[in-house]
Amino acid sequence: MLQRFLHNKMAVGTVSLVLFIALLGIFAPLIAPNDPYATDILNKFQSFSIQYPFGTDNLGRCIFSRMLYGIRPTLGLAVLTMICTITLGALMGLLAGYFRGFVEEFIMRVVDVMLSFPSQIMVFAVVALLGISVQNVIIANVFIKWAWYARMIRTGVMQYRDKNFVQFSRCVGTPERFILLRHLVPSIASDLAVLSSLDVGWAIINISTLSFLGLGVQAPTPEWGAMLNEAKNVLTSNPTQMLIPGVAIVILVSAFNLMGDALRDVLDPKEVSK
Amino acid sequence: MKQYIIKRILSAIPLLLVISFLCFVFINLIPSDPAEVALRIRQVPVITEEAILEVRQELGLDNPYFIRYFNWLLDCLKGDFGISYVNPKRTVAGELLRCLPATLQLAGASFIIVIVLSIPVGVLCAVYKDSLFDKITRSIVFITTAMPSYWIGLLLMWIVSLKLDLLPTNGNGTWKHLILPAFTVSLSYISTYIRLIRNNMLENMKQDYVLYANVRGLPQKMIFLKHILKNSMHTCIVAIGMSIPQLISGTIVVENVFAWPGLGTLCISSIFNRDYPVIQAYVLLIGALFVFFNLIFDILQTVSDPRMRKEA
Repeated sequence: MLQRFLHNKMAVGTVSLVLFIALLGIFAPLIAPNDPYATDILNKFQSFSIQYPFGTDNLGRCIFSRMLYGIRPTLGLAVLTMICTITLGALMGLLAGYFRGFVEEFIMRVVDVMLSFPSQIMVFAVVALLGISVQNVIIANVFIKWAWYARMIRTGVMQYRDKNFVQFSRCVGTPERFILLRHLVPSIASDLAVLSSLDVGWAIINISTLSFLGLGVQAPTPEWGAMLNEAKNVLTSNPTQMLIPGVAIVILVSAFNLMGDALRDVLDPKEVSK
Repeated sequence: MKQYIIKRILSAIPLLLVISFLCFVFINLIPSDPAEVALRIRQVPVITEEAILEVRQELGLDNPYFIRYFNWLLDCLKGDFGISYVNPKRTVAGELLRCLPATLQLAGASFIIVIVLSIPVGVLCAVYKDSLFDKITRSIVFITTAMPSYWIGLLLMWIVSLKLDLLPTNGNGTWKHLILPAFTVSLSYISTYIRLIRNNMLENMKQDYVLYANVRGLPQKMIFLKHILKNSMHTCIVAIGMSIPQLISGTIVVENVFAWPGLGTLCISSIFNRDYPVIQAYVLLIGALFVFFNLIFDILQTVSDPRMRKEA
């Protein structure tokens, strides 16, 4: 597995790019040349310089420092959203696919209803109901996404449940818990890894969209979507302020999308041998 | 066939009921007392306990949950969604009707752009697979899927309106105002459908019937137009049709970027103003549209596709 991973240039490249960006975010206080919150109204709209690598914004704050600090909410919240989504979706999917009967019927009907709603509207409805805050944005995103995972994992479990190796395992008397955790979870893990890395990109776009509209991370915090919201107001006088966070989002989301494709090649041995 | 259509229509009813019930639960979950809100809307200066009790009786809030739901549903079916919390002089239905035309205009224009651009480009990509055109299109498609729609909006606004000074940045009125928002909305759908059409056509080219047509010695053009194109268009048209409600709900972000006075702008401002009845009606409306379009295109697909007709 590791061998195959190391041989796939795309997988190595994207994973290291994402890790590099994450490290930049973690060590932002050490790298950032300026305080991301320090306003200096006399120095607003500065262009690129050594002191301000990406210039300054409408309040004279260093854009480069804000971008670095912005990695934390942008990437961190997206990853957190996906962890919660996968946990909830996997739990529901495993329950539905494994126990069947009433449990399955109930969970799958709920999933059907969830999937029949346009997800974008659901996000806004949940945020409207719970109030505007970061926590609620995550709840809203988990709420609309878990059903996809529940359905996918259920399908995966149903596929593998009657496979011979699971049946053999049951014959020799392994406990159900063992079958669930050691046979079924690893079998669907590769699908899960591919889908979730694609969906981190989706989560980044979604969370930054909410922040852009003022429904997520609020203004002084340097989140990339929120930064774009501020940049929108000075579009005429300082367009670079709008370009940098946008390009950063595109790079990060593309990295996750490419990573998903590359992981599919790495993790699915059947695809490779074809 | 008729039986299938009737069955399919009947199966949509429970879904609509569940959606409406969720919307009803939604407004009952908000952390304020509806009776108190009603009094505030009527601009009663002092809100006393007795007044609240009185209003509660008058509005039927003492009734059991399901009776209240039923009454509310009947009102909704009559087109009465209640009164806006923020502006008591305005009904929710009136607000929605005021904003609906602008959103439909935007969604309609985007839909046309999606069809006009994605079908020919997707087909060309499949025909000239791995050519320069295909490669360029694929990289554009890849980048646009990673771009948030609001940023595309800002970019277009900056390049087209400010740098080139070709089109107005925001507002609505003339067709010139429509171009940028409609293009922004459609861009993410265009990239999805180009990929869908391309893959679908390539999939179809590998099928046995194409091989058979080749064996029969039919001219390539004929095989392409009469067999491959016809077969892949089925799936694509249905997929594009099902995305109509998504287009309508997808305008929400772009409307806010371009200050387009439609449902999306109304929805976001209602969220900020905590105008719950408006949000509720909006969610109900979009949910119903979603079910409706899915139903229509499901039936259309079954009617048009002989294989599915047999199954039904």
